Amino acid sequence: MSLPHTVIAASAAKPKLQVTGLSVVYQSNGKPLAAVEDINLEISDGEFVCLVGPSGCGKSTLMNAMGGFLSPSRGSVAIDGETVSGPDRRRILVFQEYAVFPWLTVEGNIGFGLSKLPREEREQRIAHYVELVRLQGFEHAYPSDLSGGMKQRLQVARALAVNPDVLFLDEPFGALDSITRVLMRAELLRIWQAERRTIVFVTHETDEAVQLADRVVVLSSRPARIQDILTIDIPHPRNISSPRYLALRDELLKMIGLAYEI
Amino acid sequence: MRFPIWVRPVLFILALLALWQIAIDLHPGQLLPGPIAVFAATGELLQHGLLLKHVVASLFRVTWGFVLASITAIPLGLILGWYRRGEWAFNPLVQVFRPISPLAWIPIAILWFGIGDLSSIFLIFVGSFFPLLLTAMSAVQNIPAVYINAGSNFGLSSSDFVARVIYPAVAPRLLVGMRITLGIAWLVVVAAEMIAVNSGLGFLIVDARNAGNRYDLVVAGMLIIGIIGLLLDLGMRSIGRIKYFQWGD
Repeated sequence: MSLPHTVIAASAAKPKLQVTGLSVVYQSNGKPLAAVEDINLEISDGEFVCLVGPSGCGKSTLMNAMGGFLSPSRGSVAIDGETVSGPDRRRILVFQEYAVFPWLTVEGNIGFGLSKLPREEREQRIAHYVELVRLQGFEHAYPSDLSGGMKQRLQVARALAVNPDVLFLDEPFGALDSITRVLMRAELLRIWQAERRTIVFVTHETDEAVQLADRVVVLSSRPARIQDILTIDIPHPRNISSPRYLALRDELLKMIGLAYEI
Repeated sequence: MRFPIWVRPVLFILALLALWQIAIDLHPGQLLPGPIAVFAATGELLQHGLLLKHVVASLFRVTWGFVLASITAIPLGLILGWYRRGEWAFNPLVQVFRPISPLAWIPIAILWFGIGDLSSIFLIFVGSFFPLLLTAMSAVQNIPAVYINAGSNFGLSSSDFVARVIYPAVAPRLLVGMRITLGIAWLVVVAAEMIAVNSGLGFLIVDARNAGNRYDLVVAGMLIIGIIGLLLDLGMRSIGRIKYFQWGD
């Protein structure tokens, strides 16, 4: 199996993803409405970054601009020094909605972006990712026969299978129940540690961010500006009742401006 | 006592047939032939090979009219639905033509194509074209945005995108629209054959009346039209049961 598992040594000083002076302005009823304002951010190769902010603050807009799904009004995004100018299979977005294709089986979905590969290689890749997201035995099942968590794992597998440079996840577990959500976080971390992709993850849950990320980027309310960046210096697996975890979570809550008590 | 599920409808139909026959026996007259006479007439048609000839003639016209309408209206509808400006341009025209009964086209059909297969095929085409066009337009507009976004993420060429995202996404709705439209086509062919040709099930009915008031043949023809219409619908439904098309439910 010739999968590029190799972790590129963090030698290169160049960031994987560089956002420079990024602003996105919408036209709303003829009036300009700033959604994202002057974002500067560098993300290194293999890093897991969470974007956190109040709902409606523009975090999804920022991520869509970073992925090239939406062109910025000012500023630019570069991946490996190359300016991002549109959607591209090197950066795949995973949606909150169940975006797997209901007319394809699990295998068909994972192989969706692999049609140009020779048959044998494609089948190997599909088998690898079926196993990685633990969908063995469901290869020939259709999404209608899968649970919500399985559909999202399938969506992640379909994204990873095309070997993207950066994976963008837009509240991917938002529609799942709280138990499945916790399990899915553990799965995502396991997959990330196995494959070491650069991940940008949008969420509005502070716990989710502190459990997953290397760095948490805290955005202000609309228009989104970077308010703070919190580095989570706890190795995986993280003990979520350790003092350090709780301290970082409180710190994050404070940055967002939430009280300690309800 | 438990009966298999099909026993009840069969018993019910038999009871109705018996009632029908009893009513006809009690009041003999010209209003309606009884079921025995109708079965005898069906046997007569079968014996002379006439039934098969008329059925084949009708199916031939429906197939051509429906297929021609499908291969023109569906691609056009998909394009118009995808490009909103196309819809804005065409929609008023479509809305004016759509409520015109295909039967209103009969004089024009005869003027253009004379008496024969071509005019009835044209009428079926007209009757199928607008329902299929509207189905295709609404099917493409109702594709969930998330499939389009997910699909465009994988850098497909436009033709791949149509074949691998748009087509499978609209297929379930298209199939339902085609099923309904085939029913319309089957309604239209009978009417068209009453005027524009001299074969087919519609012609059989008119001819049976004109040639000596054979109402037993008329009712036999009606029943056969009903049964074939049902079989066409069942055929389309069974295509819809294939898993690939089924996700839309």
